[in-house]
Amino acid sequence: MAINIVLAIIVTSLATYISRFLGVITSKKIKENSKIFRWFNCLAYSTLSALLVRIIVFPIGALAEVDYLTRFTVVFICLIVFLIGKRNFVYPTILSALLLAFLSSNF
Amino acid sequence: MINTKYFLKGFASVKGVDSPAIALAASFIAIGALFKSIGLNIQESIFSTFLTYALPGSLIMAESLIVGASLLNIFLAVWLVNARLYPMTVSLFPLLTHKSQPKLKYYLACHFIAVSAWLIMKKNYKSVERKYRLDFWIGVGAANLSVAVSATVLGFFIADHLNKDMMIGLAIVNPVYFTCVMVGAMKTIQMSLAVILGSMFGILFYFISPEWCILLGGLTAGTLAFFIGELNGN
Repeated sequence: MAINIVLAIIVTSLATYISRFLGVITSKKIKENSKIFRWFNCLAYSTLSALLVRIIVFPIGALAEVDYLTRFTVVFICLIVFLIGKRNFVYPTILSALLLAFLSSNF
Repeated sequence: MINTKYFLKGFASVKGVDSPAIALAASFIAIGALFKSIGLNIQESIFSTFLTYALPGSLIMAESLIVGASLLNIFLAVWLVNARLYPMTVSLFPLLTHKSQPKLKYYLACHFIAVSAWLIMKKNYKSVERKYRLDFWIGVGAANLSVAVSATVLGFFIADHLNKDMMIGLAIVNPVYFTCVMVGAMKTIQMSLAVILGSMFGILFYFISPEWCILLGGLTAGTLAFFIGELNGN
C-alpha cells in the first residue's frame, strides 16, 4: 500500500470534522425561528437525499456488484413494507439485508 | 460538566423501533470487514470509526487505500462527500444552545453529528429542557458512536465468515433505512420538496461531476425547496 494507513485515517477524520466544526461556528449566529435556519434545514435534507440517491443509483463498494434493477426492487419493496407497517423501521431494514443477500446469491 | 441524568436519557434513546442502531450496526459491521480485507489492523479500524464516524467518508477512504490515491485526493473526496454535515450541524445546533453551557463543549459535541444521532435529536429536542439539551445530545451521540465502534470490531473479527452475498446484504441496510427516514420526513411542502428535488438534482449533477453532485445537487434542491415552501406557507 502506497500511503500510510494512520495518515489516511487522520486526513479522513480532519476532512470530516471540518464540516462539523464550521457548522458550530455558523450556528452561533443563527436563531432557531429565523428563515435562514429553515433554509439550512432544507439544505440538510436535500444533501442527505442527494447522498442517498447516489449510494443507491451509483454505489461504490459491495453494492456496486448488484445490478441496479435488483437494488431498486429491494429499496422499493422495503419502502412499501415501511409504509404499511405503521412506519416501523425494524422490519424494512432487516428485510432489506435478507432480500438482497438472497437475490444476489440466486440470480 | 455533563448532566448525568440527561446524558443517560439521551444514551437510552438509541433503543426503540425508529432507532438507527440496526442500520448503523449493519453498515459498520461491513466497514469492519472491509477494513480487515484491505489490510488495516484492529487498532486502526477502531481508530478510524472512532475519529471519522461518518460512513461514506470511511468507504471513500477504504476505496482510496485500495487504488493508492494521494492524501490530498482523500482529503478532498472525503470533504466533498461529508460536507452534508455542515448544513446538518447548522440545522441542529441552534436548538441546543444555552448560555450555561461552556463553548468548548459544543466543539467536542459536534463530533457526534451523523445522520443517526441527528435524526433522534431532531425528533426529541422539544421534550428536553433547553438547558440540558446539549447533555442529552452528547448521550445520544455517545450511544450511536458506541454502536458504530462495537460493530466495526465485530465486523473485523467475523470478516472471514462473511461471504460476498452477506456483505451486499449488509450494505443495503443503511440506504433502505435512510429512504424510509426521508419519506417519513416529508411532512410539509418544504420538506417534501427538499427530499424529492434533492434526489433528482443529486442524479442530475452526477453526470456533470460525480464528486460535486451531493454538494451542488443538495444546494440547488434545498434552496429551491426553501423558496417554494416559503411562498406557499412552508
